Amino acid sequence: MAAEAISRALRDGALEGEHAPALTIKDSIHAPLGAFVFDHILAQLSSNISSSKSQAQGIVLVAFARSPQFYAELLKSKANDAASLKKWLRIVDCYTDPLGWKIQLAESGIVSNRSTQNATTASLCKNVRDLDMLFSSIVELGKEVIRETKGRFAVAIDSVSEILRHASISSAASLLSNLRSHDQVACLFWLFHSDLHEMKASSALEYISSMVACVEPISNTANGKGMNSENVPLIEQNLGRGKFSVRFKRRNGRIRLMSEELHTEQMGINFVPAFEGHVTSQSLVPKVQFNLQLSEKERNDRAKVVLPFEHQGDGKPIQIYDGRRSVSESKTENKETNAEKMHVNEDSGRGEIIYIRDSDDEMPDSDEDPDDDLISDSTIFFLTVGILELLTN
Amino acid sequence: MMSSNSANNLLDEALGFNDECGGGGGGLLLLIEDRVETSGAFILHHLIKRRLSSPNRPNDVVVFLSFAHPFSHYDRILRKMGCNLGVQKENKRFVYYDMLNLNYPDGEKGAEDLLLSVYGKIQKTVELCSSREGYKNSTIMIDDISLMEVALCGSSNLVLDFLHYCYSLATQFDCLVIILNHEDVYSTVDVPSPLLQMEYLANIVIKAEPLATGLATDVHGQLTVLNKGICQGSGCSKSKIRNFHFRVKENCVEYFYPGSRT
Repeated sequence: MAAEAISRALRDGALEGEHAPALTIKDSIHAPLGAFVFDHILAQLSSNISSSKSQAQGIVLVAFARSPQFYAELLKSKANDAASLKKWLRIVDCYTDPLGWKIQLAESGIVSNRSTQNATTASLCKNVRDLDMLFSSIVELGKEVIRETKGRFAVAIDSVSEILRHASISSAASLLSNLRSHDQVACLFWLFHSDLHEMKASSALEYISSMVACVEPISNTANGKGMNSENVPLIEQNLGRGKFSVRFKRRNGRIRLMSEELHTEQMGINFVPAFEGHVTSQSLVPKVQFNLQLSEKERNDRAKVVLPFEHQGDGKPIQIYDGRRSVSESKTENKETNAEKMHVNEDSGRGEIIYIRDSDDEMPDSDEDPDDDLISDSTIFFLTVGILELLTN
Repeated sequence: MMSSNSANNLLDEALGFNDECGGGGGGLLLLIEDRVETSGAFILHHLIKRRLSSPNRPNDVVVFLSFAHPFSHYDRILRKMGCNLGVQKENKRFVYYDMLNLNYPDGEKGAEDLLLSVYGKIQKTVELCSSREGYKNSTIMIDDISLMEVALCGSSNLVLDFLHYCYSLATQFDCLVIILNHEDVYSTVDVPSPLLQMEYLANIVIKAEPLATGLATDVHGQLTVLNKGICQGSGCSKSKIRNFHFRVKENCVEYFYPGSRT
């Protein structure tokens, strides 16, 4: 399962001398489920941290898109009490006052300085444009949650799209890269909306990542081609379900792909295996008024058809199929014709064509070119004839 | 077929507003997208009336930032709908900010300072209202976002920053933020559209579009209401989409499902 593989990778953390594993979660407006995936990954990692199963001893969450209170409630609902959260969770609050407007207004006496922070330790960030300061804040908070000198912490950023609104892609990439190469960072993951940025920004983020999780629509709707009541159910479906594809980049450069489906539920999301065959057959078979698929009986009958020059493999002498009857019918006349055929076979001992099928288990109607094995067949034929000539000479 | 004068029309049902509360829950951002062929202004007018006319919410306030029309324009329209904006303004329930005649400074820095002062006024108003007895919700309305962007030297980033602050104010004081934007203004923009940013931010998106079949005399367009539901840390409600047609009349708007109009 792809989601479980991600959680394991983040749980295991960084190897000595290697950069920390980094996950990019990306979605789009037609499948806006990335936030659910982010919450799920955060909850899984938090569970591993609180039960001391992960390399990371704490997590620093950088909150742009949702308030610190939201995340506190989220983690409390996953069986974490407030006291436990204080031990291993730190939040950089880039949500409440990202540009320092509220502080300025409070200082000038225009509004009251009402603090919105609750029991969860949240450090207010008043200038999200300064990524150097943001990096320092993350590292300082991270050091608060680690218990040993060589301990590590995890970093989660709920919206790199918000960072990219205030900073260039090179600055953002530099921030993520510095975090990834920091010797106290165990792992990091972030969410961004791919359709809000140019391709080069998306590519840059994916290059920095060791894992890329992509949420795509489950149904292809006629987006941008006009709304009507007919495509409403499909669009609604895309709001509750999505395709979840993950690309893992190994150290040796090998890429591993996994995919499944995700369904949103009231308390989060659920991952299920993708029924690819079902989906593929539904999408590739054209909708026509006649049946293009085989029934079980039709498949069995096709399997019983004897192909010319095919070895039946049942230990009996080869029966040459004359194209007029099936194998089962010819068995009833075995006794009558067997002797005759044996005589025929003995007389034609020279120059016989021996056909050896390359792959007995090749599926019918396979996409492979049936002429691909002609070369090898002809080679076998010439070899056979050559050997016979040697024997007879 | 339901008119906007009757309780719980299709639009209110799609928004999750029930007549008992007279309005929606707070902490939400509602985005109205319209086009040249189908103006969404009628939705704004309907919501102004709903928020001000509820008997259960006598102290709720509507803060209105107008970049598009003068006060007299809205006053005239709402009078026909049975709502006296002049009286509401005197009672401090309808707080109107005329953004049309402001002196906009040059440069983005000047624009940001101006925006900061506007935001300060809004926060102060909302804070004052929230301290009153019987307070339930406030509403912040902006008409419209594309003109706001023009006023701020074309900086969509500043507009998004302002919306973010309004949204955080909404979650803190249980407000409803309603914004109107024009979809076709951004249709030829090569870079990713700022309208998409707003669609991500919004909890409810209402799109007013023409019919796929073109113009018609009895049906003026279709509305698609995407309600993402409320998502709190402890759980999320399911997203829903509703699609229905509308016809704008002199004093009201009719909403009906396709094919149900006789």
